[in-house]
Amino acid sequence: MAPPVQSQRSPSPSQPSGKGEVSDLKLQLRQLAGSRAPGVDDSKRDLFKKVISYMTIGIDVSSVFGEMVMCSAASDIVLKKMCYLYVGNYAKVNPDLALLTINFLQRDCKDEDPMIRGLALRSLCSLRVANLVEYLVGPLGSGLKDRSSYVRTVAVMGVLKLYHISASTCIDADFPAILKNMMFNDSETQVVANCLSALQEIWSSEASTSEEASREREGLLSKTNVYYLLNRIKEFSEWAQCLVLELVAKYVPSEGSEIFDIMNLLEDRLQHANGAVVLATIKVFLQLTLSMTDVHQQVYERIKAPLLTLVSSGSPEQSYAVLSHLHLLVMRAPFIFSSDYKHFYCQYNEPSYVKKLKLEMLTAVANESNTYEIVTELCEYAANVDIPIARESIRAVGKIALQQYDVNAIVDRLLQFLEMEKDYVTAEALVLVKDLLRKYPQWSQDCIAVVGNISSKNVQEPKAKAALIWMLGEYSKDMHDAPYILESLIENWEEEHSAEVRLHLLTAVMKCFFKRPPETQKALGAALAAGLADFHQDVHDRALFYYRLLQYNVSVAEHVVDPPKQAVSVFADTQSSEIKDRIFDEFNSLSVVYQKPSYMFTDKEHRGPLEFSDEVGNISIGIESAGTVVPVQRVEANDKDLLLSTSEKEESRGPSNNGSVYSAPSYDASAVSAAASQTLLELAISNPTVSGHAPQPSLEIDDLLGLGLPVEPAPAPSPPPLKLNSKAALDPSTFQQKWRQLPISLSQEHSISPEGVAGLTAPQALLRHMQGHSIHCIASGGQSPNFKFFFFAQKAEESSTFLVECIINTSSAKAQMKIKADDQSLSEAFSALFQSALSKFGLL
Amino acid sequence: MISQFFVLSQRGDNIVFRDCEHRGEVQKGTAEIFFRKVMFWKEDGEGDAPPVFNVDGVNYFHVKVAGLLFVATTRVNVSPSLVLELLQRIARVIKDYLGVLNEDSLRKNFVLVYELLDEVIDFGYVQTTSTELLKSYVFNEPIMVDAARLPSLGPGGIFMQRSKRMPGTAVTKSVVANEPGGRKREEIFVDIIEKISVTFSSSGYILTSEIDGTIQMKSYLTGNPEIRLALNDDLSIGSGGRSIYGAVILDDCNFHESVHLDNFDIDRTLSLVPPDGEFPVMNYRMTQEFRPPFRINALIEEAGPLKAEVILKVRAEFPSSTTANAIIVQMPLPTYTTRASFELEPGAVGNTTDFKEANKRLEWGLKKVVGGSEHTLRAKLTFSQESHGNIMKESGPVSMTFTIPMYNCSRLQVKYLQIAKKSKTDNPYRWVRYVTQSNSYVARL
Repeated sequence: MAPPVQSQRSPSPSQPSGKGEVSDLKLQLRQLAGSRAPGVDDSKRDLFKKVISYMTIGIDVSSVFGEMVMCSAASDIVLKKMCYLYVGNYAKVNPDLALLTINFLQRDCKDEDPMIRGLALRSLCSLRVANLVEYLVGPLGSGLKDRSSYVRTVAVMGVLKLYHISASTCIDADFPAILKNMMFNDSETQVVANCLSALQEIWSSEASTSEEASREREGLLSKTNVYYLLNRIKEFSEWAQCLVLELVAKYVPSEGSEIFDIMNLLEDRLQHANGAVVLATIKVFLQLTLSMTDVHQQVYERIKAPLLTLVSSGSPEQSYAVLSHLHLLVMRAPFIFSSDYKHFYCQYNEPSYVKKLKLEMLTAVANESNTYEIVTELCEYAANVDIPIARESIRAVGKIALQQYDVNAIVDRLLQFLEMEKDYVTAEALVLVKDLLRKYPQWSQDCIAVVGNISSKNVQEPKAKAALIWMLGEYSKDMHDAPYILESLIENWEEEHSAEVRLHLLTAVMKCFFKRPPETQKALGAALAAGLADFHQDVHDRALFYYRLLQYNVSVAEHVVDPPKQAVSVFADTQSSEIKDRIFDEFNSLSVVYQKPSYMFTDKEHRGPLEFSDEVGNISIGIESAGTVVPVQRVEANDKDLLLSTSEKEESRGPSNNGSVYSAPSYDASAVSAAASQTLLELAISNPTVSGHAPQPSLEIDDLLGLGLPVEPAPAPSPPPLKLNSKAALDPSTFQQKWRQLPISLSQEHSISPEGVAGLTAPQALLRHMQGHSIHCIASGGQSPNFKFFFFAQKAEESSTFLVECIINTSSAKAQMKIKADDQSLSEAFSALFQSALSKFGLL
Repeated sequence: MISQFFVLSQRGDNIVFRDCEHRGEVQKGTAEIFFRKVMFWKEDGEGDAPPVFNVDGVNYFHVKVAGLLFVATTRVNVSPSLVLELLQRIARVIKDYLGVLNEDSLRKNFVLVYELLDEVIDFGYVQTTSTELLKSYVFNEPIMVDAARLPSLGPGGIFMQRSKRMPGTAVTKSVVANEPGGRKREEIFVDIIEKISVTFSSSGYILTSEIDGTIQMKSYLTGNPEIRLALNDDLSIGSGGRSIYGAVILDDCNFHESVHLDNFDIDRTLSLVPPDGEFPVMNYRMTQEFRPPFRINALIEEAGPLKAEVILKVRAEFPSSTTANAIIVQMPLPTYTTRASFELEPGAVGNTTDFKEANKRLEWGLKKVVGGSEHTLRAKLTFSQESHGNIMKESGPVSMTFTIPMYNCSRLQVKYLQIAKKSKTDNPYRWVRYVTQSNSYVARL
């Protein structure tokens, strides 16, 4: 209902401004209150409607509270309902007046008509006045036992409302226990569904303080409960089905056969016309089969058709919600969808948020056999009247080119874009050609021929301009005009507003100078002078740095600024696989639409029933109690990357271990920082050669930025000074929270010995061994050959914690470790400790 | 869990506003924040606002129905599909009750709408969206608005046009209000609505085609009799089925929860007890080849340094007993086009031509096109600069919108509609209607 005081918007002529009308109404209502004349109910109805319409448009009509209550003493149900609506809206701000209504609401709760009993009970619980809760307990108690299912459904929600007004009153009245009993015994499914909603909310919020509540909350996920609900699922309304399915998705079956039973039972839910039911079912299927690669893939095949049908039926809004989920699945397993690419073609009348998703999907599913057709289609969009989409399409073509399929044909297309003479097309294509050349230097001849023909005057966008300048610098040897084009650009230094472009200009003119000194010398001088006088700090600093470097030694300068480069093999992915996995875990939620895990857009208390899932199931924490380790059957959610997205893993690891110069900046990274770090990396790589001459500045920069250069291999495990607390304690939810928040400070891979593999047949032994070294296991799981362990340890006499994820593959005899630490400076030392413990067990 | 629900007019006025949770979680003034965001989204160069977005931790969901914005807010990370589906369903329930859904009818009946909302959502949780169940909780009589002078709404709207074969009132009849005679007319409507998407290559070859169909039902039968709908015998679903020549093959389909599929595999009949109100019995999708109802031929020729001529031909490839309505052909022209003059065939009636200066678009409207006929438009263009032989790249594609009543491309049919009822005296009216609409119908140059 409209907030009582909210009419800041200037009232339109048709809307009354308030005061006069309200007092008029008050008078009329008072006259009618006592009247018994025939037809009086109709006049009352008209007046009530007026009151409510004022309320809706934001006029404060709280002053007629008394009159409203008096008038609705009559038995007319329409009047009553309007009065309830009114009372619900104003009771909270007028607690004294609310007291007036208690009497007649309580009386109505005992009415003969179940309709009236239900309505009155709902209104009573919606008063939201803390000092009136004592009046709620009685009517709620009898409401829960009412013979009418309508009253019971209302009463169950009433319990939840009471809990939010006064949790202690609700708990003291033992309502949760009553609801639990009703959940298993009530014949009406909506009552059961409401009990489930209410109990999930109540127990989740109680769980932090009460052990019993947290046990009860887990009990909701017990086999008995889940099967009881599943067996009745078809009796539930479609909305309640979603609720049940959301719960089932968190259920961890104890045997493999259960998985198939559940999936067979729910199979026909995939044919439901309600997209929410279908998505909730899909979530169950995906979660259940995480550890079964083959079946998991079959699930993808099975859900394809229903998803595509949902995308093309229903309103554009509904179809968008489903498409976002399809997008997620396509990005996870593009190969499964590669023959369906035609479904991702854009239609001209689709909104751009849909087109954007489709373009990304087309990019992802491109492979040897369909690239030609996809790229042809994308090129059609490049001429699209919708300019943002045209741009996206060109970028998509470029991304496909970087995926290595049919590069030949694509390069031709990109070059055609350059000739299209549309500013934005040229701009996007330039940026792409630059990225392409960084990956495929062999194409430089073809590209340069075309790029050379582009007049720099037609390129205005900073990104494109920077790309063009980069190419001029990089290929100045082969581009006849390069020095002169650069020179003319430098002449217009003052008019160049983008610092990114000026930075690139400095570097390009340097590179050009090394290749063609006589022609460039003058331009270089002008550029350095202009750079030194530049008001932008980075530009100034870079100019000064180049200047001093050149003064010091030109050949050293060349090593620094223009070293021979390796082609980039993989561009950094914008999203880590960890984040992608989290989004996948939150399937069928907003996280998928926003493409962000929930912690990025919502605070903890609002993460909803999904958050509940994280704590209980997802990391599959076998809570360690009194030194005994409970092995967990289910593989941790992240494990699916072992199963499905190995390519993603490589992508995200790529930058750190390929030694090429350009690995760090991704083309999406903010422009200036990319340019800056590029230079730094150039510095870094050339460091060993220069170090003999000890150029102070570059070393300092390295240290300052802690780039962690590969100066020497990681220190061998030596007796570390680090001492661990042998009685460390950490509860699972804190572990998860920390794991989510902390960055990875160390990531390593080791080969393990055959003895170690043999030892793993009984993982408990390892866990006990590690505990002996004050490293505790908080969760473990997996089946041969993949094992996964989560460990934690705490520094002695300090609360600084270390977290470890250790994945062991016994068939490849490899152990992967990810270490996260409160105090990152200690992670090296801890890693050494951890490894020595492992090696004492015979693993390493 | 939904915090608030509201309906805004096109101008952003609150028509209905309901705080569902009473938890004060979502701050006041959300309607204004929402409306401002939606209005300015386009100006920020991002196109339309997506149906779901987040402002300061509050998630806003919206669907557009009949020019109104149905909005829900929440702070919780809920299923977007569920909320959007719910908003759509609320709109449908309201339409079932009011007969016509628009700003006027909503304003006149807002108390009834509050009654409905009270039962649909309790404390942010969905209770029911069944028009039938809701009947027992709603006491206000709907105040009818005159449907005749309203523009048609939704795909069913086509049946409101003055067609002699069809009663126009059904789509605008409330499920609760009685007819003027006091007695309800026993009738049931089954509409087969198909939206078709076709993309033609420049050489007229079909690149992609798809039919998205719905069998929609609206029942005004008393006593909830069971109904049997028989579809084509040769209907098969999924690629697994053996394809008989000429058979109708659907890629996939889904069904309303009231539908029983016990006999579907044997004789392709659906049985159901239709609930009150309008609902989709079945949605289906088909990519099997079909004969597109229209062929489009577009040609641009340079006619001098600053001139060009466009020739557009549209041929109707359906039987002459069928007539298409409300055809619009659009074609983007090069941005440097300054003027266009049009030449229609001699004797052409009901044609409109226009050059939209703002977005440089040619628009050709045809009121009616009879099956088998062909229509041509010539447009002479004047340019402000030379085209450098790029005209083809800078214009097009040609797109088309149309509606064809009593025609469907998929050849899916309702063979019979059987109402299981004891008394033979009162034979209800049964209406089975077909309509084909363009979704994305595009020819590239």
